[in-house]
Amino acid sequence: MSILSNTLPHHPEVQPFWSALEEGRFLIKGCRSCGRAHWYPRAHCPFCTSADTEWREASGRGTIYSYSIMRQAKPPYAIAYVTLEEGPTMMTNIVDSDLEAIRIGKPVEIAIRRQPDGDVLPMFKLA
Amino acid sequence: MSINGQAYIVGAYEHPTRKAPDKSLAQLHAEVAFGALADAGLSKDDIDGYFCGGDAPGTGPLSLVEYMNLKVRHADSTNVGGSSYILHVNHAAQAIAAGKCNIALITLAGRPRSESQQKGAPQRVDNPVQPDFPWEQPFGMTTLNAYAMCAMRHMHQFGTTPEQLAWVKVAASHHAQHNPNAMLRDVVTVEDVANSPVIADPLRRLDCCVISDGGGAVIVTRPEIARSLKRPLVKVRGAAEAIKHLAGGDVDLTYSGGARSGALAFEEAKLTPADIKYVSVYDSFTITVIIQLEDLGFCKKGEGGRFVADGNLISGVGKLPFNTDGGGLCNNHPNHRGGMTKIIEAVRQLRGEAHPAVQVANCDLAMAHGTGGLLGTRHGSASLILERE
Ligand SMILES: [Zn+2]
Repeated sequence: MSILSNTLPHHPEVQPFWSALEEGRFLIKGCRSCGRAHWYPRAHCPFCTSADTEWREASGRGTIYSYSIMRQAKPPYAIAYVTLEEGPTMMTNIVDSDLEAIRIGKPVEIAIRRQPDGDVLPMFKLA
Repeated sequence: MSINGQAYIVGAYEHPTRKAPDKSLAQLHAEVAFGALADAGLSKDDIDGYFCGGDAPGTGPLSLVEYMNLKVRHADSTNVGGSSYILHVNHAAQAIAAGKCNIALITLAGRPRSESQQKGAPQRVDNPVQPDFPWEQPFGMTTLNAYAMCAMRHMHQFGTTPEQLAWVKVAASHHAQHNPNAMLRDVVTVEDVANSPVIADPLRRLDCCVISDGGGAVIVTRPEIARSLKRPLVKVRGAAEAIKHLAGGDVDLTYSGGARSGALAFEEAKLTPADIKYVSVYDSFTITVIIQLEDLGFCKKGEGGRFVADGNLISGVGKLPFNTDGGGLCNNHPNHRGGMTKIIEAVRQLRGEAHPAVQVANCDLAMAHGTGGLLGTRHGSASLILERE
């Protein structure tokens, strides 16, 4: 997989996400003003522009919205959009699962995985 | 203010090269610019507006304006990826209508083959400062799997089949056989596509466009100047653009920005899809064509697969001839940017200068439409409706 080495820009706007992920917690941003959760995390709510956004611990449960398996990669890997229980849909990888069993609509759960380069990423596995 | 009738495309030129190891990028830009000028019967010093996209080396338009030694009073380097040049015709028409320039040059060039970007899945060269970067790049997102996820969802939601995707490639290949410059001139069948290796499920190798060097240019001007020139008159009837994205997590991969830009362009042109005799539509992948044709209103959402099947896009055979140069799937895709060649083939069709084997009879209204960026994340859609006067 074409993981980039330690280059993820952990600027203050999103540092709490990465810090929590290191501790095994998967956070998303939600808005106190309109109530909606969004992805990817931002200081301002992308729906109502409110700056009154907060970090919320997500359930880590979702369903596969779409996916594709990179067959030419060595080894092949699955990229996906997963729709979280809380509403937003996010790009991720489906890991620790039979690639041939991946289907749209299947339930998945968070699988926080440290990459060889040290980055910790929010991935998912078939539930 | 409407640009309907305010501007004409009077020059168009597609570089014949598909691999240019001995030419610089700036040189390719100049060659297509001067080709378009010769086509229009204009000279370099007539140009007072210049438009370029992200393929232009240097800061926006600065280096190329200097390289070609132009004297411009209006410039625009809006970059929305491969559809930029279709958008530029819109912007040029607006500038001309507003009196900001009289003769606008738009160029595209690139040499990814000579720069050894020959593999099918070039890593995106995005900037780590882009806010979306850390939420996509670490997951191995490429152009291929971003589009593949659109195809997968479309198939799931609407029952679109691999065979229907393949028909887009089959139609393109039927056209490319008549284009001596096309990279892939062999006619292929649905079975040929099905037998090509899977690259990113569900897309196979023959669902993907070519990688090529080359480029193209067009020249846009005001009506009085267009009428003083000797070329057939190709009028801008309508043009529009729209940017679509992941909307804070409110993701829907089944449609593109074309749903908005197409409707706006038709409104400006006072036309409907049924009026269009020929369409150039960006074909980075087969699925791109299906989704865009639905969005533009040539068929209902979800029916694109059935619409393109059985040769419906083949000139002389189907109801909606498309990409009669062979498109990005077979002809060329300079700098991974297919918007310019979409305009050029539409101009050829309206002038009656397409290859006789693919020329659409009485082609008086044509559309050029593109998606720049990624269908599966964020992209700029641009729609252009042209009329032979
Ligand atoms: Zn809000």
